[in-house]
Amino acid sequence: MKNLNRPELNKSSPSGPPLESTRGGPHIENSRDAIHVKHSPSESSDERTYPPGDVALWIFILAELLVFGVFFSAYAFTRASNVELFNTCQRTLDTNSALINTLALITSSYFVMRAVAAIREDKSQQCFQWLLAALLMGFVFLVVKSGEYLHHYDAGINLRTNLFYMFYLSLTFFHFMHVILGMVILTAVAIKATKGGYSAAEHTGVESGASYWHMVDIVWLVLFPLVYIMH
Amino acid sequence: MKYQSQAVAKPYFVAAIGLFVAQILFGLIMGLQYVIGDFLFPEIPFNVARMVHTNLLIVWILFGFMGAAYYLVPEESECELFSPKLALLMFWIFLAAGALTILGYLLVPYAALAELTGNSLLPTMGREFLEQPTITKIGIVIVALAFLFNIGMTVLKGRKTVITLVLLLGLTGLAVFFLFSFFNPDNLVKDKFYWWWVVHLWVEGVWELILGAILAFVLIKTTGVDREVIEKWLYVIIALALITGIIGTGHHYYWIGTPDYWQWWGSIFSAMEPLPFFMMTVFAFNMVNQRRRNHPNQAAVLWALGTAVMAFLGAGVWGFLHTLSPVNYYTHGTQITAAHGHMAFYGAYAMVVLTIISYAMPMLNGRTAANSGKSQVVEMWSFWLMTVSMVFITLFLTGAGVLQTYMQRYTDNPQPFMVVQGRLELFYWMREVAGLVFLVGAVLYIISFFVGGEEPEQA
Repeated sequence: MKNLNRPELNKSSPSGPPLESTRGGPHIENSRDAIHVKHSPSESSDERTYPPGDVALWIFILAELLVFGVFFSAYAFTRASNVELFNTCQRTLDTNSALINTLALITSSYFVMRAVAAIREDKSQQCFQWLLAALLMGFVFLVVKSGEYLHHYDAGINLRTNLFYMFYLSLTFFHFMHVILGMVILTAVAIKATKGGYSAAEHTGVESGASYWHMVDIVWLVLFPLVYIMH
Repeated sequence: MKYQSQAVAKPYFVAAIGLFVAQILFGLIMGLQYVIGDFLFPEIPFNVARMVHTNLLIVWILFGFMGAAYYLVPEESECELFSPKLALLMFWIFLAAGALTILGYLLVPYAALAELTGNSLLPTMGREFLEQPTITKIGIVIVALAFLFNIGMTVLKGRKTVITLVLLLGLTGLAVFFLFSFFNPDNLVKDKFYWWWVVHLWVEGVWELILGAILAFVLIKTTGVDREVIEKWLYVIIALALITGIIGTGHHYYWIGTPDYWQWWGSIFSAMEPLPFFMMTVFAFNMVNQRRRNHPNQAAVLWALGTAVMAFLGAGVWGFLHTLSPVNYYTHGTQITAAHGHMAFYGAYAMVVLTIISYAMPMLNGRTAANSGKSQVVEMWSFWLMTVSMVFITLFLTGAGVLQTYMQRYTDNPQPFMVVQGRLELFYWMREVAGLVFLVGAVLYIISFFVGGEEPEQA
């Protein structure tokens, strides 16, 4: 229970010894600090607590994954009794667009990872630039996906067309909204980064934003094969 | 009390408690009418008692929310209230409008009340929970706008905190969604569709923000835990509450003539609605465990923890019980709904108002931080009596609901409604007895504020 608020306790003692106590409060993280001590000082700027970022956000991520998980299961069970319908409709989807979007999201995740690596070396400006690159990839995703939606709209497909399209549109749109939310979070982090709000010692915010973005990415990596490809 | 103007919260709290007791009395009358059908007939028929019971609930909770806002916003904003006079004026207008409306329900037949208040000019009456005459509804909008203006101006001129931000967002949503009570389409499907925008988006949407803000305020004050920690949790909880709650409206759209996809959307998203409530429970206990001091008002801490637990059970667990569309197909509109309604309203909204009153009232009465130890013992008794009896009310109604669902709908030989109601009599009697215990608890709550004695030491 007490671990849940670890990052805040850290924030409240930013003036502690630079290598040790920046991650991990003095009372709660004793065992973890003990592990830290074993490392050589040169390594300890790379010290990683687990999970990275804010624990409250991780609980949010788990809750979101649960919602997607339930949605995916509902899709799978419904498909099992409507295999033909699902297979036929699946062929009308634009796999190329989805592949471009998959690459866009994976690339953006790589950029976000570089942003975290940059801030760990105290390079705020580089962190900002990597985040900007990730946001650009997110934007590519939104444009391509909107193109797909437009195509469906022209074809007169909507939530009431049939069960497959209901699931396809609901799932992808719910994910679409998460890409937007993730981009809002990354933008907030990027703005703070460019103002020098993060450092190698304290960058929980960058890690939190990155963790959320990876969640958005991972959900797509399940969604893409499940809805577009698997027959 | 840090700011003089916080004192305007007191009449709001007193009115809230008064109306709460009235609500319980009408609940008891109605509970008895379940088993003695002509009790108090024709003076107070069942439909009138039910209308008064539910309307009083909404009005006293609103009084409580307003009082809470007037109490906590000056303290959070670190400045006096924009206009205490406006707050007092609105109190009297709201109280008069509320009292007149209830008297109207009781003294005049409903159709006559509609005619008397000119309902035909802008018909809004006759819908469950929104039975108020149009003129009362307009009054509610005026009071809500004046209240929002007063609170908004205070927030703007003072310190901005996450708590006031979330509270303001919740209160604005409360006012905005109430406007749909004026939207009354002829198409029955659309009528029901938008009716839920008031009813559902209030209690499973914006009210949760108000609940979160009030609970966070009391926890900051009583535990001394860093504001930053509590605010972060508040953000995560309200984000999840809105994601699940807004689309979760779909669990009311199963059988009213709306498109099929609501079966899925409603089931999936509303099934997740317990999550923010569960997080609220974890959060509250976590904060109290990490407390940096022992606040002398332990009764308020008990209420805060109780709110977190009971809201999860009543709104979360009992809501989940019948939220999936294949289950709801059988349970819709049975006593299962009544069971959920009772524990959810008590656990989330009644208890959070009782929490803030418990926390603020000693200060409003001129004490430093808390009532005497003796007073708090009485108050804790009231907590347990009300909470445990509400658990029993819920269990009895759940039992009744399960049987009703089976005998009336699930079995191969379904029985007519009234035949089934007759078979459930025992459950209704037990619910009535639990209701009497609840009334005793509510009376003890009031008595506790009049028990004197020395304040406990601040630890």
